[in-house]
Amino acid sequence: MRIFAGSRVHLLWQLLLIALIGMGLHAYAIQYERGLAVSGMSDQISWGLYIANFTFLVGLAASAVVLVLPAMLGQSALARLIPLGEAMAIAAVTMSLLFVTADLGQPLRVWHALPLLGTPNFPASILAWDVFIITAYLLLNLGLFYRFFRHPAHPTPRLALLTAILLGIGIHTVTAFMLAGLPARSFWHSAALAPRFIASAFASGSAVLLAVLFLLEKTMGRPLHREAMPLLSGILAVSLWMDLFLLGSELFVRFYPLASHGHFAVAPTPWAAMAVEGLAALVMTVPGLRRRPVWLLGACLAAFGAVMIEKGLGLVVTGFQPTPLGEHVDYAPTWVEIHVSLGIWGFGLLLFTWLVRMALAAWDRFSQPFATKDSP
Amino acid sequence: MSRVDPQRRKLLGALGVAAGAPLLAAADPAGVVNDSLSTLLQAHYQRMTSEEIMEAIARIERRALRDYGVAIHCRNTPPIPGVSFAMAIDLSKCKGLRHCVAACSAENNNNRDQTTEYIRVLALPRHTLDLERADHYYTTSDPDHRHLPVQCQQCDNPPCVQACPVQATWKEPDGMVVIDYDWCIGCRYCATACPYWARRFNWRKPCLAGEQIHPDTHYLGNRPRPAGVMEKCTFCIQRTRLGQLPACQEACPTGARIFGNLLDPDGELRHILANKSVFRLKEALGTEPRLWYFTSV
Repeated sequence: MRIFAGSRVHLLWQLLLIALIGMGLHAYAIQYERGLAVSGMSDQISWGLYIANFTFLVGLAASAVVLVLPAMLGQSALARLIPLGEAMAIAAVTMSLLFVTADLGQPLRVWHALPLLGTPNFPASILAWDVFIITAYLLLNLGLFYRFFRHPAHPTPRLALLTAILLGIGIHTVTAFMLAGLPARSFWHSAALAPRFIASAFASGSAVLLAVLFLLEKTMGRPLHREAMPLLSGILAVSLWMDLFLLGSELFVRFYPLASHGHFAVAPTPWAAMAVEGLAALVMTVPGLRRRPVWLLGACLAAFGAVMIEKGLGLVVTGFQPTPLGEHVDYAPTWVEIHVSLGIWGFGLLLFTWLVRMALAAWDRFSQPFATKDSP
Repeated sequence: MSRVDPQRRKLLGALGVAAGAPLLAAADPAGVVNDSLSTLLQAHYQRMTSEEIMEAIARIERRALRDYGVAIHCRNTPPIPGVSFAMAIDLSKCKGLRHCVAACSAENNNNRDQTTEYIRVLALPRHTLDLERADHYYTTSDPDHRHLPVQCQQCDNPPCVQACPVQATWKEPDGMVVIDYDWCIGCRYCATACPYWARRFNWRKPCLAGEQIHPDTHYLGNRPRPAGVMEKCTFCIQRTRLGQLPACQEACPTGARIFGNLLDPDGELRHILANKSVFRLKEALGTEPRLWYFTSV
């Protein structure tokens, strides 16, 4: 099992991702040269595609918890998959940090946010908290993944797992608080935002893991998922319903009062995302549907996409409408923003691909149950 | 906080320009790189020594000369003890003429290429205070509308200062919320946190012709800003700390604005607060603005 070399599909996949990275770098060079004026953002809608990806990806990173928490409670089928969760967390956190950096007007000044060197506004600024906790989570996952890669047979210490759970929930809670803690923006200013973030994060994470397990079985003949599949399916279904329930509670509080009016009522995208999420939840709940690979994969894809829109552009951009002075301005990402975003996704997927192959290689070396069918 | 004695700074500043100008005339690329690197590595304004601030000011002045061909004068006037600035706006006098907006942009070296004005005047139908029904882009001043000028409220409890991850924005002892343009990382979280939509971002390098540059500047005020940082109204810190009125008040033809020292018991501001029915915007948020509105009729 090698990491970079492999089948023709693997090589083409890596080439495609490298091409995306190149495209992203080119677009970023233009943005760096001309300023963020090349984005679709404005003083009215001052965050767009970059921060939308950031909030979504912090959630995806946090959702490694869907493996670690059941593992701590004795679900050994999921415990064995923890390195996959760590790979997902590392790739997602790295992407989220890149997205924040891409959004900065003065990226060379990031060191101002670091302790000792800079002046982090701690503990007042939730964004300063976010920088700390996301960095800590990245370092922990890198450490745990490296430890697994060197010694795959050694179980992860329970204290490390507990820390991973707390930090995982922590990064996404802090990211939600970053938005929910602003009374200036009524759309985000809700106690339900952090629980919603966690529920939708678990949905997106279990969808990714299910899809990855399925692909590994189909393309590489690795029966990794036999026991994990039902558990992860259950987690995906419950997470989707929880998210829909919390979203429904939010809508009730917003729209039941007679005087209520809001931009959300006319924005079609969040409603569409919610409908798609509902369909995915239904498929994952009906046994006859979720056991069929096509339906399962479709539901995973739908859940992933719906959460990405609901917690991404649907949440971030809608929060800016109207502005605190009542102005309604539209936002659409420019090609520069789209290319930079694709480049960051290319980098994250490349990292994820390599990490997954590292995990497979480690399993091949040491532990029998995860070896390929034809290995001795 | 390190403050520089104005006289001493003035002298050294002048020396800096005198030393810098011949080099610039020879288009010294090493000097440009040196300046850029020094600016990149300089400390937070409140952490710099007097000498470091003077060097930073010399760089600011050299840069303005390079970028705009204008010899600006960048001051670092400290707050005056016993002074706490605030403003009141008489809504019955405001006719929505927006002279304040134009004067503000000219005074503060604002980008003329896009809508980065610090003051937004909202035209509201007389029967409502629902801001979503306000017209931001009216072209003629309609007598059937009431006009509500909104700018930075210089809150005593500012959400923007709380939000900033790097302490690049803070409240000065005389009341103004200011920004260190050389420390701001450009994340725009402060703008997101502001309930008054008072902060503006330099989406690109400000588009200003040399003759549009107002050369009397302040480090924390109207000095030319780099791209990718926030800016906002500072009650014209470069003027008011020298005892002048803010540009918006000076430009207002109807006398709707009253700027002053809250701590002066005999001042007009205190008279208005004591005798008029004043209110502040979005008071329920607890931001404690320093901008009061009232009607005199």
